[in-house]
Amino acid sequence: MSTLAASAAGQVIQLDYHESRDARRARLSTGVLLGLLGLLLAWLATRTSGDAGYALSSPFDAVQLPTVTLPGVPTVVASAVVALVAAAVYLTGRLHGRALAAVGTLAGLFVALGAVTWAAAGSAFPFPVSNQLTGTVALATPLVFGALCGVLCENAGVVNVSIEGQFLVAAFTAGVVGSVTGSIPVALVAAVVSAVAMAALLAVFSIKYLVDQVVLGVVLNLLASGITGFLFDQLVQPNSRDLNVAPTMPTIGIPGLLAIPLLGPVLFNQTILVYLAMVSVALVAFLLYRTRWGLRVRSVGEHPDAADTVGISVRGIRWQAVLAGGVFAGLGGAFFTIGSTGGFIKDITVGNGFIALAALIMGRWRPVRAALMAVFFGFVTQLASQLQTLETPMPTQFLLMLPYVATIVAVAGLIGRSRGPAADGVPYTK
Amino acid sequence: MSTATTAPRRPTWWQAHGRAWVVTVASFVLALLVGAILMVVSDPDVITQYAYLFTAPGLPLGASWAKVAGTYSALVVGAVGSPGALAATAGAAAPLICAGLGVGLAFRTGLFNIGAQGQAILGSIGASYVGFALHLPPVLHLIVALLGGLVAGAFWGGIVGFLKARTGAHEVIVTIMLNYVASMLLSWLLLTPAFLRPGRDDPLAPEIDATAAFPVIYQQFHVGFLVALLAAAATWWILDRSTIGFRMRAVGANPHAAGTAGMSVANTTIIAMVLSGLLCGLAGVQAALGPGADLVATPLSLGLVGSVGFDAITVALLGRSKPLGIVFAGLLFGGLHSGGLAMQSLAGTPLTLSTVLQALIVLFVAAPALVSALVPKLRPPKQTSLVGGEA
Repeated sequence: MSTLAASAAGQVIQLDYHESRDARRARLSTGVLLGLLGLLLAWLATRTSGDAGYALSSPFDAVQLPTVTLPGVPTVVASAVVALVAAAVYLTGRLHGRALAAVGTLAGLFVALGAVTWAAAGSAFPFPVSNQLTGTVALATPLVFGALCGVLCENAGVVNVSIEGQFLVAAFTAGVVGSVTGSIPVALVAAVVSAVAMAALLAVFSIKYLVDQVVLGVVLNLLASGITGFLFDQLVQPNSRDLNVAPTMPTIGIPGLLAIPLLGPVLFNQTILVYLAMVSVALVAFLLYRTRWGLRVRSVGEHPDAADTVGISVRGIRWQAVLAGGVFAGLGGAFFTIGSTGGFIKDITVGNGFIALAALIMGRWRPVRAALMAVFFGFVTQLASQLQTLETPMPTQFLLMLPYVATIVAVAGLIGRSRGPAADGVPYTK
Repeated sequence: MSTATTAPRRPTWWQAHGRAWVVTVASFVLALLVGAILMVVSDPDVITQYAYLFTAPGLPLGASWAKVAGTYSALVVGAVGSPGALAATAGAAAPLICAGLGVGLAFRTGLFNIGAQGQAILGSIGASYVGFALHLPPVLHLIVALLGGLVAGAFWGGIVGFLKARTGAHEVIVTIMLNYVASMLLSWLLLTPAFLRPGRDDPLAPEIDATAAFPVIYQQFHVGFLVALLAAAATWWILDRSTIGFRMRAVGANPHAAGTAGMSVANTTIIAMVLSGLLCGLAGVQAALGPGADLVATPLSLGLVGSVGFDAITVALLGRSKPLGIVFAGLLFGGLHSGGLAMQSLAGTPLTLSTVLQALIVLFVAAPALVSALVPKLRPPKQTSLVGGEA
């Protein structure tokens, strides 16, 4: 015993960075990806002509900002150089941890800047930055809610493929109840109740009847599409003057913050749903990582046997998490009708539930990251429609594909392995 | 308990199949009941009659009965009521059977192929392109177009198998994402010069040559339906009689045991996904080369394959992932679709009711324990194997 202590004391403890095989593979493939993007930008620089204008303010803003003009070729070349340098940093492996992540983020921003500059250069109109950001917020709001719904369900070990179905039912209910009562709060509550009911279906079939959760999600989506479609055809469409005239939410400006140039009108002149989305991200993060309930949710999703052994009711916690997820899906679903245009049309959610699922996976099942991914996907989708109006050489379908391709790349482990809770999708039986 | 060891008895017919049939039939009845309730509740003309429930109960009950009976009889008449209805049912069933076989084959290998939709879209692109861009002699053209669709579908499925085998990427997520990539790809392709009609700029591909279309036998009953039956027979042979089928079922039952026994789980996964994509691609071929309502093949457009990929999952589930079961399930949902059209025109009940019925049937079939709880004298099964993944 004493010799052991002596020899241990004699050694100089050296902290060495040791990279796992997975981390190494992820680092190298990220480097290759950045290198390819850099080469692509370098090639695009040869096909860039003219200057790119960025209109920072929309004409209706209180504070008018100037239109910034960036020279086309130098900006794209600079972006290409940044991407290539970042690729070299990744490939040599000199930096680790946060420094490396910072380099990657910086390179990503420059790649985006270079791509937009290439697309906007030579166009007669400046790129409307303010529109881009406003549109991003609008598109990202339901995605953030959907991703949070997924975060709660999947951290408790219940795969939720039916976010789409929950959105759809909530959107329908909000539209119809809003039309009948003319009241936004009542419609919002009704939307939440209906989405929680859909979540209860998911819970009862997956937790009590042990139906495979992926299959169940697909069938529930079909059911939601069928029921809302049927009720729309049978009831709402023939009486659309009474049943499809939901009011839309007014925007509420937050006095002090509204005055911030550029970001003020984008972030702080929004509907209550957008503010709720921002608060919800913090709320879910707090619930999951700072409360006893959150610890139980995560334990039930990681190792239900261990949780059961210490006396946690696995099925009970899963029920609570799925129903709580339904609340957020309901808020997200309400956005499609009373949060935007008011009226309901069949399949109004057009796959947003699945993009939310993608954001959840890209965000590695964590609330804040998943919300950031949702914002990123909203940004890309808005960029696609902006570029369409600028008549750029870029086919917008490829931009719209980006969230899906990025998700495939992520689950294939090319940019860091994306691994879910261990017991995700496994029904619990004693 | 006797001390003598006896050989395990062969399961009786009831133990082997009876419960499954009872659950299926009960699921049907329950789905029709829920559908009827939904119909009555959502019809303002009927529901207002319920004000007289206690004074004149005949009025609301009669109105409800008229509504439900009218709708369901129109559904049956539209599905099987005439030779034309039967032909329409077979025509609607053909793509469902093909894609259902694809999803079922993947289920048996333990893979959830949610990507039948994308694979069918790729299949329709491949078949259509060969159909309108090449000009070949009659029989040859059809065969080449068929192959074009099959290869495209197999490629799209193969991506999933490759990623799953090489990187461990979960096939559910990859297939869901690839569905959207496929539909974006189609919407982009439809605007490229190769797919635009000369002189037009709307996303509608040229009509395919008559030489590439599936020949019509009687109205919408066409050669493609026979191809679907052949595909079912081939799938049965592959799964139940071939070595690779044995491997696929072994991997589906227990990948660790299959690996220990010397089978390559990775290769089996790739082959299963290629075959699954091929069958789902065949569903897209059916949509591209089979006759539409006007008895001419419909040109390629964004909604050509409809929602066949998602319906296929319900077909495979109802058919318990067995080829014969999938054929029956495909015919049933095909009938639900063609009957739904008649229901809409004759009884004024929206076609979307068939979607509701389809989802409800599968939801009940998927939860035998629930059906057992609702149906008296039907004990719940000990183990529920939803996708038939057992070897």
